[in-house]
Amino acid sequence: MTTMDRLVGAGVARIDGPAKVRGTAPYAYEQDPGEPICHVAVVQSTVNRGRISRLDPSRAEAMPGVLAVLTPANAPRLGHGLASDLPVLQSLDVHYQGQIVAVVVAETSEIARAAVGAVAVEYSAQGPDVVLSAERPDLYAPDKLMAGFETDSVIGDVDGALASAAVTVDATYSTPTQHNNPIEMHTSMARWDGDRLTMWDANQGPHTIVNDLVAAFELERDQVRVISPYVGGAFGSKAFTHPNQIVAAMAARVVGRTVVFELSRQQMFSLVGHRTPTIQRVRLGADADGRLTAISHEVVEHTSRINEFAEQTATPTRVLYAAPHRRTTHRLARLDVPPPTIMRAPGETPGMFALESAMDELAHQLGLDPVELRIRNEPARDPERDLPWSSRNLVACLRTGAERFGWAGRDLAPGVRADGRWLIGTGVAAATYPTRRRRAECRITGHGDGRWTVEIDGSDIGTGAWTALTQVAADALGVGLDAVELRIGDSALPFAGGAGGSTGMTSWGSAIVLTARDVRRELDEKHGGVLPPRGIVVKGGVPGESPHASDWSMHAFGAHFVEVRVDRDTGEVRLPRATSVYAAGTIVNARTARSQFLGGFSMGVSMALHEESVADARLGHYVNHDLAGYHIATNADIGELDVHWLEEDDPYVNELGMKGIGEIGITGAAAAVANAYWHATGLRVRDLPITPDKYFRELGAG
Amino acid sequence: MREFRYERAADPAAAVALLAAEPEGAFLGGGTNLVDLMKLGVATPDVLVDVRRLTSAEITDLPDGGLRIGAAVPNADLAADRRVRERFPVLSQALLAGASGQLRNRATTGGNLLQRTRCPYFTDVTTPCNKRAPGSGCSALEGVHRNHAILGPTLEGPGTCVATHPSDMAVALAALDASVRVLGADGERVVPMSGLHRLPGDDPSRDTTLRHGELITAIDLPALGMPSRYRKVRDRASFAFALVSVAAAVRVVDGVVDDVRLALGGVAHRPWRATVAEEALRGRPATEESFAAAAGAELAAAVPLRDNAFKVPLARNLVVRTLLQLTEDPR
Ligand SMILES: Cc1cc2nc3c(=O)[nH]c(=O)nc-3n(C[C@H](O)[C@H](O)[C@H](O)COP(=O)(O)OP(=O)(O)OC[C@H]3O[C@@H](n4cnc5c(N)ncnc54)[C@H](O)[C@@H]3O)c2cc1C
Ligand code: SF4
Repeated sequence: MTTMDRLVGAGVARIDGPAKVRGTAPYAYEQDPGEPICHVAVVQSTVNRGRISRLDPSRAEAMPGVLAVLTPANAPRLGHGLASDLPVLQSLDVHYQGQIVAVVVAETSEIARAAVGAVAVEYSAQGPDVVLSAERPDLYAPDKLMAGFETDSVIGDVDGALASAAVTVDATYSTPTQHNNPIEMHTSMARWDGDRLTMWDANQGPHTIVNDLVAAFELERDQVRVISPYVGGAFGSKAFTHPNQIVAAMAARVVGRTVVFELSRQQMFSLVGHRTPTIQRVRLGADADGRLTAISHEVVEHTSRINEFAEQTATPTRVLYAAPHRRTTHRLARLDVPPPTIMRAPGETPGMFALESAMDELAHQLGLDPVELRIRNEPARDPERDLPWSSRNLVACLRTGAERFGWAGRDLAPGVRADGRWLIGTGVAAATYPTRRRRAECRITGHGDGRWTVEIDGSDIGTGAWTALTQVAADALGVGLDAVELRIGDSALPFAGGAGGSTGMTSWGSAIVLTARDVRRELDEKHGGVLPPRGIVVKGGVPGESPHASDWSMHAFGAHFVEVRVDRDTGEVRLPRATSVYAAGTIVNARTARSQFLGGFSMGVSMALHEESVADARLGHYVNHDLAGYHIATNADIGELDVHWLEEDDPYVNELGMKGIGEIGITGAAAAVANAYWHATGLRVRDLPITPDKYFRELGAG
Repeated sequence: MREFRYERAADPAAAVALLAAEPEGAFLGGGTNLVDLMKLGVATPDVLVDVRRLTSAEITDLPDGGLRIGAAVPNADLAADRRVRERFPVLSQALLAGASGQLRNRATTGGNLLQRTRCPYFTDVTTPCNKRAPGSGCSALEGVHRNHAILGPTLEGPGTCVATHPSDMAVALAALDASVRVLGADGERVVPMSGLHRLPGDDPSRDTTLRHGELITAIDLPALGMPSRYRKVRDRASFAFALVSVAAAVRVVDGVVDDVRLALGGVAHRPWRATVAEEALRGRPATEESFAAAAGAELAAAVPLRDNAFKVPLARNLVVRTLLQLTEDPR
């Protein structure tokens, strides 16, 4: 057991890969509950705010094959204390368009869908209020932001420093509403055996779902089991419980049979959250050398009438650059929209677009290379918490990235390079994401034959956790991959938090390492260092944040370099190449990590150029609620991506020095694209996405 | 979704007879548009008559050097046909600029011509839409219309509609002076492309001049004899409908435009044959100035909405650039 770091770092191929490509890895919809399944389809409100005035299910009930129609009038009462949109069918009130107002259970999905059309519903409704603006009189300061961050931060005299700064930037940036669209739509299959509930479900953490099911159906924890071994993407949309889990369990209980509820693609735009739009005013003040004297980042965003999701948009601004005078604020408007939720790197993703665009604008004003501007403002300590960095290698990422990309000698002037009709530009932006760890428990069983079972309720939402955790376990136990059987994705396994906040590996991986140490100690102390024929069982884990978390500021960093081409006739944008360099601690699996970085960055390009859920101000819905209308980058939109990471040894973050890599790739990516677009065209588009119409708008020709 | 019957007929005439007796029935091609609309509750046929194996899936030579394309020819096969690529590259390029490989394998020539608008209100039965529910109003006029029409819309009255025709193929066919062979209860007739699709006028519910139960059997392409090209601008590099597209063919003799064909996509309720621009170009020097003047003349009729004015300069630039490319590098 002394062969540390044998597997960690290697590009081990996905151990779940063969089953997935053969189609034998069961996703929630494909699980075999052991009995015939009936299907759910839902009636959704067509108004944003009001009350159901009439609901007549009789025609639907009379249809052959329909087993039940649940409405607020007859649905089982759920436990109190359910938040947000989870009290499904508990009242006649409507809070957002798309809210479930009736549930049809039928023998087939076709019958269920047909019956949905036969449910008559009328509303007494008020006009929708769905448009965010910075001038709204009802903006308010939430008590806290997501993940426990403070709403505002104020250090020094920002306004005074701005007034006396040699150079200033004052610009407002905006990002639109965006919707997560993993390939697998949210799916829940529920089976009751007496008062015990089993749910096969697509989520980011079975224990989270159990909590809400226990509350909804007033059960004990051991009466509910949620099973989720394979999940087809999530990006945050499957972090929390949504109406789908409640509906499936409720319907199954009413009809006394296994029920499955798979969302349609269209329903992804109303039932499982979205990223809030943001309006962000950034003001920067600097001396003539480009040293920041003041940073102000004021955020306006929305939440729904029924939840408060306060995206932590300006929090990266609290970390990234040194400046004596600084301020960040967040204000919310409560709108008649579905509850917003997590979308990859909430906070950093929209926030870094604004901050890193503003830095680019400042560099231009100063006539300074934007890489150099960032290096000049590198803070020696966390600028707001006044703590040392556990490790911080942003400057190294910028320098290495510049080198790999061929940044040297770049002409600062915008709009002067062309290849035929293509205008060419390059842009840079930093990336950052906090490193955290959460409570996780683990059980390791050594079998007499030398095989090991490692159990923890971690989740693989497509990230590679199956493989990376097996590598961590094999190294920690000092055995080969084949000797380890990993079990994850089941609430019957030892507790772990969900896959979110890039804490999966830092939490579950640490729990496995520490439990394996306990195994070794027990073997040494009780069994003379050898595995007894009867085997052993050891439980362990981590209690939560790293013990160093209050003394050190812990973040991963990175830098993106992007080339953009813009067709001067049409405003079409292409991204032929990009380089991203990360310093994110220990990289456990070189292959799956690369995929995470590629995917994160591509999602950032998609945000820069394509993604936008367009709300109709009068009708109150998201107009482009399918994948033909909601554009996500295609393969053809993503050029050659060069992904690189630096060796980084951080002794403070956790046992293996990991920083979490699921989210950092998207942070800053949109700004790098927008900055390159500006460098190509001389046009500064501050409202994403950068579509061809905005090219003509900025030219004043359309 | 409404329940429906599925029928096959022995031959085209039988299919036409079948549908003539079914006022709410529809022909089924590849189903890539119709079935989607049925799932959304937008199309509600009670019977589908499958014509995919009924009309020809062959492309045959016509005596004048043109081609006859069976209505069942898959979009993918049409795009890949050597004769099409050599004689009518604009058509091949238009097809390949549309949809995805999977969809092109499935979609038919006849179905492609008759695909319906992608206006997001048309496809959402919870919203007012004059095309789907005549008289209910046009949600796009004041709503989300960044990708709606700038030419020939109906801007007021019960016929208000600002939708665009979504087909790329149809834009190329319009430029190529194709004609559509149609079989009806009264026999066969030939409809020129210019007479197939309609402007909304006072009845946006009708996309074309076809009558209920008329079956498209084939499309005839007359010989072209000049270089041609399709260019499409969209919101991403692939798999998106056009913001604006152009199908162009031009023959230059001694620096002067001898013949020219121009059609625009994404700008109107039908593929927009740019006859004004064509007229302005014939006999004029093949220069950027003439191209710009011609495009400007065509687009003088544009009536942009609040959020789609960018289509005017975009269409102008696209026409100019495509003609320049064709005349400078006519491959
Ligand atoms: C995601 C997506 C993206 C797409 N992107 C593009 C794009 O970028 N560009 C583009 O041009 N298209 C695009 N399409 C549309 C696609 O080209 C059409 O769906 C397809 O061509 C329709 O052909 P079909 O045979 O499947 O028609 P069907 O769906 O079978 O039929 C369409 C209509 O034609 C009628 N019909 C079919 N055959 C006949 C006939 N022989 N005679 C009379 N009536 C007939 C049907 O009754 C129906 O009304 C896209 C489609 C999808 C789903
Ligand atoms: S533009 Fe036409 S299709 Fe769209 S909502 Fe208006 S009437 Fe309907």
